[in-house]
Amino acid sequence: MSTSAVARGFADPVHDSQKVFRRALDAMAHPGRIAQLGTHIEPPAPLFATSASLLLALADYETCVWLDDTLAEVPAIAEFVRFHTGTRLTRARREAEFAVIAEPEHMPPLTAFASGTPEYPDRSTTLIIQVETLANRGWQFTGPGIRECASFSAAPLPPDFPEQLAANRARFPLGVDLIFTTQTEIAALPRTCRIVEAA
Amino acid sequence: MSDAASYNFAYLDEQTKRMIRRALLKAVAIPGYQVPFASREMPMPYGWGTGGVQVTASVLGADDTLKVIDQGSDDTTNAVSIRKFFERTAGIATTTHTSEATVIQTRHRIPEAPLGEGQILVYQVPIPEPLRFLEPRETETRRLHALEDYGLMHVKLYEDIARHGHIATTYAYPVKVDGRYIMDPSPTPKFDNPKMDMCPALQLFGAGREKRIYALPPYTKVVSLDFEDHPFEPTKFDRGCALCGSEGIYLDEVVTDDRGGRMFVCSDTDYCESRRAEATEGGHALHEVPR
Repeated sequence: MSTSAVARGFADPVHDSQKVFRRALDAMAHPGRIAQLGTHIEPPAPLFATSASLLLALADYETCVWLDDTLAEVPAIAEFVRFHTGTRLTRARREAEFAVIAEPEHMPPLTAFASGTPEYPDRSTTLIIQVETLANRGWQFTGPGIRECASFSAAPLPPDFPEQLAANRARFPLGVDLIFTTQTEIAALPRTCRIVEAA
Repeated sequence: MSDAASYNFAYLDEQTKRMIRRALLKAVAIPGYQVPFASREMPMPYGWGTGGVQVTASVLGADDTLKVIDQGSDDTTNAVSIRKFFERTAGIATTTHTSEATVIQTRHRIPEAPLGEGQILVYQVPIPEPLRFLEPRETETRRLHALEDYGLMHVKLYEDIARHGHIATTYAYPVKVDGRYIMDPSPTPKFDNPKMDMCPALQLFGAGREKRIYALPPYTKVVSLDFEDHPFEPTKFDRGCALCGSEGIYLDEVVTDDRGGRMFVCSDTDYCESRRAEATEGGHALHEVPR
């Protein structure tokens, strides 16, 4: 594939990255809150524009990105991510700062990714999970960023996902942080979220 | 070429911002934990807020309104120069009014007017490690945090009580974040510690020389360390502000002459000014915090 065929990235890299980052920061600071992430980029399918803009805003030559099989099968996606970010793509999940998952029903367990070390729990993977729907109902969460209780669910996900979330919290400060994306929205569940009710 | 055009937006290059942004996201996900970051040299000396400035530069967008305070004051050197720095390098709007600001950089006070959801408070931090004066080795303090071994800190507070009869720490008073990490709230007076607890605003901390970033997400439990028989007590003042008359706020002592004359006034200049403006406009008694 020639480089001229790579889909376009941000029109205004400085301000577009900042806007995407602030949405991500806001999502991370308010677990379960669903926000619109308007973006004009058109990455190769099945990579969502939302997930792509998170990578463009946050990944660079200092990071390592893992793509699930569905995304890795499409050469144009690897080309797009490499061209715009200069990041390294890896097949080793524990090496990755960011992991993008397009087929969440069959995603690897959360424990398959880097969860940091007791001295450096920040050296852990942030998972970008592409789902069909996000909703403010279903599971109930408490924890930092949530005033009382937040209702949040995403679909589709593996059936044992609530147990995985509980186990992820139980390992705190180790763990992975999750950003869910649809075609237009994002929401986050950092490792601090305590699941109190799995609907 | 204007200043704003000759620099990248908000001074820092994009790769630096991305590196800081990644650190900020991890800091929010692990409240109170100090994330190492590759702090850059800034066009100001260490100790003048290089950490806070880098955090502010990384979160700031074209539509943000910035307020900068130095010990509560909008118009002292550090505050004025940082505000100008961002006016020139980012061309953004600035304000002195707490309620109008979307991003507030502070050394080291928390404004008196309650902060709201969506606001970001950026602290300039000199020494981020609360255990540093008790254990100088970074490798050891890292391990103490990892093992949640905070006995040292309690011994320090106990020694305060043994020596002075009370906990004599009045600023940089250690807090426990969401029941896990002990955190230095920067040298903010302990008067402000209760404002950190369950604060609706996002609080970000940047230490430039020490190369650490940490954070408190909104609505996070922040408990000042104490003992059952020696509970934490925020500083209390036995008088009100000499200018606006407010009580229950943090006061600065101002020497007025060379014969021992002095007055106590609000440390938060915006709060003091808005109270006085309200009093002259309305001519009525003030009981509510102005928003």
